[in-house]
Amino acid sequence: MSTYVLSGSPHVHDKQDVNKIMWGVVYALIPALLVSIYFFGLPALLTTLIAVVSCVLFEYLIQRFIFKSTELTIKDGSAVITGLLLAFNVPSSLPWWQMVIGSLVAIGIAKMTFGGLGKNPFNPALVGRVFMLISFPVEMTTWPKVSPLSTQLTDIVTGPTSLGIVKEGLMKGETVSQLMHNVPSYTDMFIGNIGGSLGEISALAIILGGIYMLFKKIITWHIPISYILTVFVFTGILWLINPEKYADPIFHLLAGGLMLGAIFMATDMVTSPINHKAQIIFGLGCGVLTVLIRIWGAYPEGVSFAILIMNAVTPILNRTIKPKRFGGK
Amino acid sequence: MIGLKTFPLGGVHPEEGKYTAKKSIEILPIPESVYIPLSQSLGAPSVPIVNKGDRVKTGQLIAKGEAFISANIHSSVTGVVEKIDEWIDASGYRKKAIIIKTEPDEWEEGILPQNQLNPTIVLSKEEIIQRIKEKGIVGMGGATFPTHVKLSIPQGKKAEYLIINGVECEPYLTSDHRLMLEKGEEILIGIQILMKAVDVNKAIIGIEANKLDAIEHLTKLSAKYQGIEVQGLKLKYPQGAEKQLIKALVNREVPSGKLPIEVGCVVQNVGTAFAVYEAVQFNKPLIDRVVTISGKNFNGGNFLVRIGTPIKALIDKCGGLPENTEKIINGGPMMGKALVSTDVPVTKGTSGILVFTSEMSHRMPVYNCIRCGKCVSVCPMGLEPILLEKIVENNKWEMAEKEHILDCIECGSCQYTCPAGRPLLDMIRLGKNKVNQIIRSRGK
Repeated sequence: MSTYVLSGSPHVHDKQDVNKIMWGVVYALIPALLVSIYFFGLPALLTTLIAVVSCVLFEYLIQRFIFKSTELTIKDGSAVITGLLLAFNVPSSLPWWQMVIGSLVAIGIAKMTFGGLGKNPFNPALVGRVFMLISFPVEMTTWPKVSPLSTQLTDIVTGPTSLGIVKEGLMKGETVSQLMHNVPSYTDMFIGNIGGSLGEISALAIILGGIYMLFKKIITWHIPISYILTVFVFTGILWLINPEKYADPIFHLLAGGLMLGAIFMATDMVTSPINHKAQIIFGLGCGVLTVLIRIWGAYPEGVSFAILIMNAVTPILNRTIKPKRFGGK
Repeated sequence: MIGLKTFPLGGVHPEEGKYTAKKSIEILPIPESVYIPLSQSLGAPSVPIVNKGDRVKTGQLIAKGEAFISANIHSSVTGVVEKIDEWIDASGYRKKAIIIKTEPDEWEEGILPQNQLNPTIVLSKEEIIQRIKEKGIVGMGGATFPTHVKLSIPQGKKAEYLIINGVECEPYLTSDHRLMLEKGEEILIGIQILMKAVDVNKAIIGIEANKLDAIEHLTKLSAKYQGIEVQGLKLKYPQGAEKQLIKALVNREVPSGKLPIEVGCVVQNVGTAFAVYEAVQFNKPLIDRVVTISGKNFNGGNFLVRIGTPIKALIDKCGGLPENTEKIINGGPMMGKALVSTDVPVTKGTSGILVFTSEMSHRMPVYNCIRCGKCVSVCPMGLEPILLEKIVENNKWEMAEKEHILDCIECGSCQYTCPAGRPLLDMIRLGKNKVNQIIRSRGK
């Protein structure tokens, strides 16, 4: 008598799996990477490569020699995502060794310490970025100006980001309408012809990636939309109150890392809530914190901190906000 | 198509695989021996009333359902009782069965030939329920709950709608689909009988939109029958689940832990309606049923099979098992049971037999949960499968109960969709068992 496989139902499975999801995110990041390479040239490509290679390598080494596991989780693509996002969150001119240290913190401390993919409470790339921001404050806030397809690796011309221009100017007592002359046009900000972190510059490329992920059912609309909408409404109210003191909401959507944060960082499955209701609140919290930091905080940009703080709140959201139950009271 | 309804919460869209939808129902020849399990319905096993060596006729009562929830069992063939012994069934365990060596059919007296349509309902409400009980009719959608119990409306409750389940949302299965196409008129008369039994003047047949021909056919036929309406449904699994179907058709939510009658509904499957028609109009007990046999790259079909026929006979009829067969499933791929052997007989609840080759027989590798929340968004009961999995893993039974683990209908949507391949439903089943045990021990 032959023997048959016995297992509980269901006997079929959706085509989606962890690897496909993670590599899907990698594909979704490619448009933004291409735009960066175009506007910042060779340094952008090199910085990204260093980040990706060191993230994957650190994960491999930790898995192999500390966990002593034969399982190779680097195939799942999540370390590649961390590398890409880490590179996207730094200036393209960052010294290579700082990038390597940032990768070690992201993968080693923020991810593998907790047990690897799925176990980490905080977004690894953001932990790496914030670590670098605190450790290397000068290099992390020296923003190269765009120079399309440049191959120059040293003596890069630098300048402040749009958010930096507005924040500093306002502190000096200038008005928004005066400052807006120094800020790139919204069209440039939309396509990415602006200074800033490597991968955050082009709202267009990031939105394209986001649409791809929505289409592939890797993310849902809940976090990005509630995050972006909150920032829009909050800054919109402030702008209506005093347009000379607060920049308009479109500026806030296009400037800095909001799009990258809302579409790629806040949507990280591992560190965001599991049900849609809680996700909307998560996005709302990210939005409020981002605006608070941007306008009243010490830093010109608050996306990283906002998401990290909401990462910490995620377990509470999961515990307190329950999905609607069928036949429940 | 306009006006398709569905349930709002959760659900998945597995590949349909309805390969046998165009294959007419064929009569499977009677095998040499039948193996009729004494436990074919939900509730207590039936008690045999025949002995080894007895000669029985087709349709003769051979085991009585004595408990409140239990059903009579009739001989599906004419022949001699070879023995009453243990035989493997779909659960994988050996259980008591009546084994009969078959001879040419000789029908029990009183069972009328079923070749002519009989639309006149002469029995009263009570007589109908009594007849259904006598003839051993059970829910044929797979749950096998004794139909007479379901039709006996508890004191103080009133049914408003009879819901007829023609959804067949399980992939591959087409037995209900074929029955609706080929026995439409009979089903409609069966529905009228059921309407009389539960005293309602409104019945709604729910059919998913992948069976447009059945929707059209029954809509046309139902014009003649008062109070029967056909409603098309959007494709979504698990729409055939009782609570989801009621929600989709009449927008009422059966409260947690309660039965459909709580919201004035009684749900019956189309196959059951057909069996009721045959029992009430012709005295015919439930001794055969339509079974789909199917699989990817398997030349399957839909067969009218005598209860107790080993599935081997069905498989042989379709040219035998392909060489790389590794899994055989009793039922659909979402909720069916993997079988141990092809000796397992067809019972009243067997809607299909699936033959899976090696590439479809194994589960994907298990990863860490990535907290994507897909299991939560597809759960049609609004539960959090990932949370329940963790709770069960940690043996936190009270917490499991508090998180409504018993609401789970075991549709498998969570595990189907989990990109990390986690054994969510396996763990939830385990937890449900444990929590049920605890609740029972509390009552003592």
